[in-house]
Amino acid sequence: MSRLAKGGLIARDRPVRFRFDGRELTGFEGDTLASALLAHDVRLVGRSFKYHRPRGILCAGSEEPNALVKIGEGGASTPNIRATTQEIYQGLIAHSQNRFPSLRFDLMAVNDLMAPFFSAGFYYKTFMWPAAFWERFYEPMIRRAAGLGALSGAPDLARYDKGFAYCDLLIIGAGPAGLMAALAAGRAGLDVLVADEDFEAGGRLNSETLELDGAPARDWLTTTLAELSSMENVRLMTRTTVTGAYDGGIYGAVERVSHHLGDAPDAVPLEVFWRITARRVILASGAIERPIAFADNDRPGIMMASAVRSYVNRFAVAPGRDVSIFTNNDEGLRTARDLVAAGIGVVAVIDTRADVAADDEFLHLRGAEVIATKGRLGLREITVRASEQTRGQTRGQIQRIKTDCLVVSGGWNPSVHLSCHLGARPVWREDIAAFIAARGAVPGMVVAGAACGEMSAGAALGSGLAAAKTVMAALGGKVARLRAPKAGEEGVKISAFWHVRGGKGRAWLDFSNDVTVKDVALAHRENFRSVEHMKRYTTLGMAPDQGKLANMGALAVMADLTGRSVPETGTTTFRPPYTPVSMGVLGAHGRGVDFAPVRRVPSHELARELGAEMVEAGLWMRPAWYPRAGESHWRQSCDREALMVRQRVGISDVTSLGKIDVQGPDAAVFLDRVYANMISTLKVGRVRYAVMLREDGMVLDDGTVARFGARHFVVTTTTAAAGEVLRHLDFCAQVLWPDLDVMFTSVTEQWAQFAVAGPKSRELMSALCDAEITDEAFAFMGCGEVRLGSLVARLFRISFSGERAYEIAVPAEYGDGLVRLLDQEAARLGGGWYGMEALNVLRLEKGYVTHAELDGRVTADDVGLGAMVSAKKDCVGKVMSQREGLVCAERLQLVGLKPAGASKQLLGGAHLFNLGDEPVRQNDQGHITSQCFSPHLGHPIAQAMVLRGRSRIGETVRMVDHLREVQTLCEICSPVFIDPDGGRLRG
Amino acid sequence: MRLKCPLCGDRDAREFHYRGAAKLMERPEAGAGEAAFYDYVYLRENPVGANSELWFHELGCRAWLCVSRDVSSHEILSVELADAVKRGQA
Repeated sequence: MSRLAKGGLIARDRPVRFRFDGRELTGFEGDTLASALLAHDVRLVGRSFKYHRPRGILCAGSEEPNALVKIGEGGASTPNIRATTQEIYQGLIAHSQNRFPSLRFDLMAVNDLMAPFFSAGFYYKTFMWPAAFWERFYEPMIRRAAGLGALSGAPDLARYDKGFAYCDLLIIGAGPAGLMAALAAGRAGLDVLVADEDFEAGGRLNSETLELDGAPARDWLTTTLAELSSMENVRLMTRTTVTGAYDGGIYGAVERVSHHLGDAPDAVPLEVFWRITARRVILASGAIERPIAFADNDRPGIMMASAVRSYVNRFAVAPGRDVSIFTNNDEGLRTARDLVAAGIGVVAVIDTRADVAADDEFLHLRGAEVIATKGRLGLREITVRASEQTRGQTRGQIQRIKTDCLVVSGGWNPSVHLSCHLGARPVWREDIAAFIAARGAVPGMVVAGAACGEMSAGAALGSGLAAAKTVMAALGGKVARLRAPKAGEEGVKISAFWHVRGGKGRAWLDFSNDVTVKDVALAHRENFRSVEHMKRYTTLGMAPDQGKLANMGALAVMADLTGRSVPETGTTTFRPPYTPVSMGVLGAHGRGVDFAPVRRVPSHELARELGAEMVEAGLWMRPAWYPRAGESHWRQSCDREALMVRQRVGISDVTSLGKIDVQGPDAAVFLDRVYANMISTLKVGRVRYAVMLREDGMVLDDGTVARFGARHFVVTTTTAAAGEVLRHLDFCAQVLWPDLDVMFTSVTEQWAQFAVAGPKSRELMSALCDAEITDEAFAFMGCGEVRLGSLVARLFRISFSGERAYEIAVPAEYGDGLVRLLDQEAARLGGGWYGMEALNVLRLEKGYVTHAELDGRVTADDVGLGAMVSAKKDCVGKVMSQREGLVCAERLQLVGLKPAGASKQLLGGAHLFNLGDEPVRQNDQGHITSQCFSPHLGHPIAQAMVLRGRSRIGETVRMVDHLREVQTLCEICSPVFIDPDGGRLRG
Repeated sequence: MRLKCPLCGDRDAREFHYRGAAKLMERPEAGAGEAAFYDYVYLRENPVGANSELWFHELGCRAWLCVSRDVSSHEILSVELADAVKRGQA
């Protein structure tokens, strides 16, 4: 056990049992999986992506590249979880990844021996021949060998949710800068939201042995968190990573709600994707320590200095017994002091700087470098070379040091990511050898603390307070009298040092994707020298950690090779997300019944009782056909239903069609302006078919207009266009003609409406209503009110089938009652329900159009409705519909089609060609918009848009469907296949 | 991103339907001819900075709004009811 006897933020009275690769282990509440594993001396936790190198825990935060594990089992498992951020819980089951058969003995480690074949860009070179082998052999082989965790293949059982939050001020990061800003803004009364990806707020204050105002920093942290949690205007969200910055002050964030709970109730989601809209933002995201590249720097037991201080100070875990430190800055010495204070042996501090004062507490080798390491499954020894002459060593002197843990610090990289998501580039600061966030990079964002280069706790606290004051000045809040506590420590002194030259063996830059200094040198040799090219050629920074550790080192190597400075070399582009986001949480509520709301028609219940098949029409579920005993194919049901309407009577639910109630003194004038045909001349008690145009002259929608009074109309729209039409009417009324006195509202859901069609429809309606429905009272295109007992219903004599037909509408709450009455009465007359399929057959036989024809590219004249555009008035779209190109002869016009040869197959979407022409695009004569089998005629029929179609009735054309490889000879005919003079319709 | 609807207050941008340039308010008279309508339907300025636009509070009060927005920063400079603006012009 490497657990220290005292200290840390773990709850020693609350042990937690968990399993790793089948081994039963115990940690404490407050442990991450990584700290609990280290407490058991588990150093080997994973295998690398490409070479299957043994890897250990490198970091203590979300930037961890090595320690990726699978948590859970089966459909409830999640791969690629960073052990450094996963809290342990009772019964947690974790597995290492990318190894076979076991972590200690991995067969694919042979890849490491074949490394010369897998250098940067190898897949562009090595597996080129024969070409056919790539898809069949090479790529599957490479994919199997390289990799991260695997998905279970079972459906994801986890629940995910979405959240929406608004605040005056979003503070990203709850370290010293963020908390200081939160305190100031909270006291000033701003609505503040603080997000931090850790499960404990405090940032580095939890991991350092700092004093603030002469007391342990922990005291200030406790007091501050207590005050913040007492403020109603401050929300502190831990376990929440802000993943992206977007336009308009919108930020994406993932909250890990129950990854740390073994027994979360079913209703609690695993993760929530938050969309946060903030008026102002303070980015206090801190900094990430960067490694130094040297030969075999990826062995288990080599760790970042900041991580080691976290494990020692926060988790009370000793990362080794004989620890050595390799540093180019003061953090190495700080780490050494913390280790000694915790009673852990420090064997040497190897400092690349020759000109620093020697620290006599331990062996401090100045002007020295680590040039080699030993220990395949865990570090055993390092080799150190003196590169400078200093006291106690001569230049070039080599010494071997036994050590089981090498701590590395190469300086800090401010976490500028979110400041760059809208396209800004970070700016270089020579004194800390790092890029910091540029001012004004994101509108409304102020950067504070280490993210803007304030590398000490004292400076971070001060900059947090200053940032809060800037925000309050902008938002007009009152600045509270507040002082930042004083910290003892000073800023980090660093001399830039990126990689050890001349070492034998590979020096890792990107641990996640197995990219070494040699790979960058190869990219340079092969002229992939721009950082964006280098990144893609070597895959550096393209792994789950997105180069958080690797990018700066690689830039520095490339800068060296090209003789440019680091800022001249530039950075690659930072893009969201900051850390990997699961597809599950992005798709929260985007699957199954949650995908979209469902609208049900009033006859839904009865349709289900009758076993109807449903079809989606927008959000509506409409009955498609009603199978009866003995019918095994939809066509049998559809044909029967269509013939039933033509011979007796059929009923159909048409509630989903849009209904808009229009009232007011100027209602008629308004409708004249929005419909192409004249509406104001319509008599009370009459209905007119009407067409609406867009301002560019194309057909927007069609429907009926019924007049119930001088100032009262009810208009219908198609199901699909109901929303668009209402929006258009609102536009016309409010934006174009606000002087007109007219009001309207959608009543689609307030009225249940049913079509009753067929020769016996009048008989059915008469049986249903109190009084007989006569042709005098309800002639074709008549409308009015009828009584069903105490209920007043609306009746329309309109038809979409070509038969005598009525539509009856009752208040929606009476829908199901009317449905059952209609069902009984229809059955008595030998009729019944017909669905969408039969409805489509009936309208095609009669030559009526739907949105299959009105596809936004057709004028009223194209579909044979040109005469409806009134010459006596203006309307939306009238002027533009008369443009030369829209009234010329060379237009596609609506016609009917019937098969004229041996093949009878007509297919929707198929194109038409003249006989003898090659069926290529240049010879296209048009296309089929709708087709069906007509049971009335006994053969397939279709509607088509054909070039100059109306003048070509009787011509034979060839239908060609290249996709389904079908050719059919067809005759162009009138789109009206039955009752062309309307005798059946008018009765 | 939020818009301050004059009737409903600060509301999330998802409640609104974006239509385009406020030029659509100035529909030509019927007799203005094809060129005037062509200009009205198709031709738009593409300014950097403040742009006058029409938004529709479709999932709210259904008011058409005249919005001035800085297209570089997405800052909303003003929001007015379109019918009030139109009446003022008339």
